[in-house]
Amino acid sequence: MTAQLPILQIIVPLLAAPICAVLRHGRAAAWLAVLASWSALAIALALLGQVMAGGVVSYHIGDWVPPIGIEYRVDIVNAWVLVIVASMGAVVAPYSVKSVEHEIASRRIPLFYAAYLLCLSGLLGITITGDMFNVFVFLEISSLSAYALISLGRPRRALTAAYRYLIMGSVGATFIVIGIGLLYVMTGSLNMADLAELLPGVWDSRTVKVAYGFLGVGVCLKLALFPLHLWLPNAYAFAPSPVTAFMASTATKVAVYMLLRFFLSIFGAAFSFDVMALDRVLLPLALVAVVSMSLVAIFQVDVKRLLAYSSVAQIGYMILGLSFASVTGLTATLLHLFNHALMKGALFMALGCVVYRIGSVHIDAMAGLGKRMPWTMAAFVVGGLSLVGVPLTVGFISKWYLILGALEKGGPWTAVAVLVLATSVMALVYVWRVVEAAYLREFSGDETTGEAPLSLLAPTWVLVAANLYFGIDAVRTAGVARQAAEVLMAGIGS
Amino acid sequence: MSLDFFVSHYNYWVVIFLMMVGFYILISRGNLIKKIVGLNVFQTSVFMLYISMGKITGGTPPILVGDGHGGEAVEHVVYSNPLPHVLILTAIVVGIATTSVGLALAVRIKEAYGTLEEDEINRIEALVEASE
Repeated sequence: MTAQLPILQIIVPLLAAPICAVLRHGRAAAWLAVLASWSALAIALALLGQVMAGGVVSYHIGDWVPPIGIEYRVDIVNAWVLVIVASMGAVVAPYSVKSVEHEIASRRIPLFYAAYLLCLSGLLGITITGDMFNVFVFLEISSLSAYALISLGRPRRALTAAYRYLIMGSVGATFIVIGIGLLYVMTGSLNMADLAELLPGVWDSRTVKVAYGFLGVGVCLKLALFPLHLWLPNAYAFAPSPVTAFMASTATKVAVYMLLRFFLSIFGAAFSFDVMALDRVLLPLALVAVVSMSLVAIFQVDVKRLLAYSSVAQIGYMILGLSFASVTGLTATLLHLFNHALMKGALFMALGCVVYRIGSVHIDAMAGLGKRMPWTMAAFVVGGLSLVGVPLTVGFISKWYLILGALEKGGPWTAVAVLVLATSVMALVYVWRVVEAAYLREFSGDETTGEAPLSLLAPTWVLVAANLYFGIDAVRTAGVARQAAEVLMAGIGS
Repeated sequence: MSLDFFVSHYNYWVVIFLMMVGFYILISRGNLIKKIVGLNVFQTSVFMLYISMGKITGGTPPILVGDGHGGEAVEHVVYSNPLPHVLILTAIVVGIATTSVGLALAVRIKEAYGTLEEDEINRIEALVEASE
């Protein structure tokens, strides 16, 4: 049984999805989705345990030996990302039970859960597979279901947001296929570990460099790196609340993982940093993303949109860590994958509670909510503090390692450390605008407005508690992240 | 670049031409259906890239060639690489799925806005925002 864990990781949510679709009853589909996502989390944790104890787990689909057959290859890096994705899936699923009943027409609810589970299995699949073409297939499974999920949002602009994401996402995915095809032409292999061995022999070829470019642009479209982020703000702002919480905490994280896997494991750190100068390409983009998007976020009046722009800025931090080209920088990136999932998950779920009660997340509509919905807004405040990077929250740990990485490089990189601090202040400004509205202004809405139901608050507070817990005791998370960073820098073979 | 090089790589020129045509339609057209058509042309160029790179001049289809009596396969038969063709079969299915989701979205956008022109939709949204 434990030998089959890698395939079960995908099979369980993938099979639960069509069952959800044929179930007529919304609640039944909801609980099936909860069950499937919890088992996915249990499997992911078991896999992480296996990898920590015994090293790389390799699973051969249909017993075909790689590189001929498809291999699922779990090392510390993707075991870590699997846990991130699966735990967010497991927290958002019970949250969506009530939230979705409020935001989506009842006849569409079973289909919502089908798409949700498909998206989850697609994201897990991208993470777990050791085969390049498999990555593309799972990428499209997760993307197509994500387009459907976003279009379920109540405002009609959700439709145009989903359409725009579909166009940009498909272009990104097609770029990735071109890159994979060019690599196949040069090496005759699609297996990642095999490619990592074969590629150094053809480093000089222009085809490999072009493949590198195509893969890079394709993945950066998916992870919404500035200036390829145009699809993200509207998609997050108009999607149903649980979808936003789930997408914001998983989809871009998996794309960052893809970037790390492609560029560090397959092409190798030496090729990426020495030959292709990846760090020098990513550094300015990351810095512009962090500064400009934090600035844009300050001026948003729709709080969901505000957080969406903040997400693009936070992705900038992750890429910034990568552009340090050091183990500490990568540790910061990998830590921030997890930590940002926790904070944005908590924040968007708190906003979902607000939508549930007052139907809007306009900053003026949220005036005075601190008294009406104390638990919801308290969750928002803690999530916000984490976003700023206040000590005792996970945000602090990420920033700590990021600044540590910058100072480690010394010289002009000290300016980068200062910039990280400065942009934290910008985060404080946009979080403060919401806090100010919620706590220092008078409530003007319906007098009967009360706290959100427990089934929404409980998952939200699970994430808030995780924000605090992993902010205080970061030994375990930082340890795994550093181990993963070392594996990435060393290449896939070791 | 000699003429010989140009001619012998003609499949890549076709691919690049189609890719750019598709990409141009995708970017320049405001009509949501035309955008999807552009996306399709763009994706088709990638299909052709994969298919043409698996083809070997004079290669047969990758089928076991027997001696007619159910005996051993004849060796030294040059055959085309079936793997890229199979991969692209998957990619075609994915392309169809993308197209259908895109068209379904276009139908719902038409129902919601009464138009499929991007600038019209933007104008409607700007009016709604201004009136709020």
